[in-house]
Amino acid sequence: MVTASWYLILAAGLFTIGAVGLLVRRNPLIMFMCVELMLNAVNLTFITFGRELNDIGGQVSVFFVLVVAAAEVVVGLAIVVAINRRRPQATADDLSALRG
Amino acid sequence: METAVFIVCAAIVLAGALGVVLSRNPVHAALSLVGTLFGMAVLFLNLEAHFLAAVQIIVYAGAIVVLFLFVIMLLGVDRLEDLSVEPITGQRTLAILVGLGTFVLAVAFLLSSSIGPSGPQILTLDITDQSTYSNLRQIADVLFTDYVYAFEATAALLTISVVGAVVMSRRIARADQAQEAAEDD
Repeated sequence: MVTASWYLILAAGLFTIGAVGLLVRRNPLIMFMCVELMLNAVNLTFITFGRELNDIGGQVSVFFVLVVAAAEVVVGLAIVVAINRRRPQATADDLSALRG
Repeated sequence: METAVFIVCAAIVLAGALGVVLSRNPVHAALSLVGTLFGMAVLFLNLEAHFLAAVQIIVYAGAIVVLFLFVIMLLGVDRLEDLSVEPITGQRTLAILVGLGTFVLAVAFLLSSSIGPSGPQILTLDITDQSTYSNLRQIADVLFTDYVYAFEATAALLTISVVGAVVMSRRIARADQAQEAAEDD
């Protein structure tokens, strides 16, 4: 029998993989994908707790996270496109124009 | 049955996540992301969240990953990245240490929370009992009553993000280009 703990440990593992990827990779697109992984881990936690606590609010929260993730991807990819037009093949380390 | 589905899906999810982090080609990373999102959708079904499983497939696997692939193709960044070079000395060691710390803390925190049958019962209605109210209807009932202002705010958020994306990615015609175009006419 699968208990809620299994889902929570899986979510923690997924979040960790996303966090390490975000720290290690330098391609902005891959970094975005790692953020998506972390958001998905949180979604899984929301739904698991929602079922355990018998509260549909967990699923409603996941719905809002999905909407915000979609908006975030749209704006983020527009920024990536705008940066790539000016500086092709730029990695996250090259984008230091705002450094003080 | 639930155990078998969980084990298979957890393997798919973790393998896809590792694929995102470890693949050198951005296209492969995007396809691994589809695997992760698909496995996640099946886990949502396992947890009786039927509506969100469908939305996960449509919005994430259908729209967001396609957007990623469009941008990868559009920019032509589908070249291989050399992962053997470590740009900052000690970055990976530190990142893995931070990751292990995150994992241990998250597991400790999640497992020490009070869940299970002894947890507080917020609704008298059993959300996994779908004989009277389907999952979609339960979500809609809450979404359009308690969370209606948040729902309206997401409409504004999506509009703003679309306008922002258009403004940022619009090609601004330079003065000399406009002059050339005028001379061509």
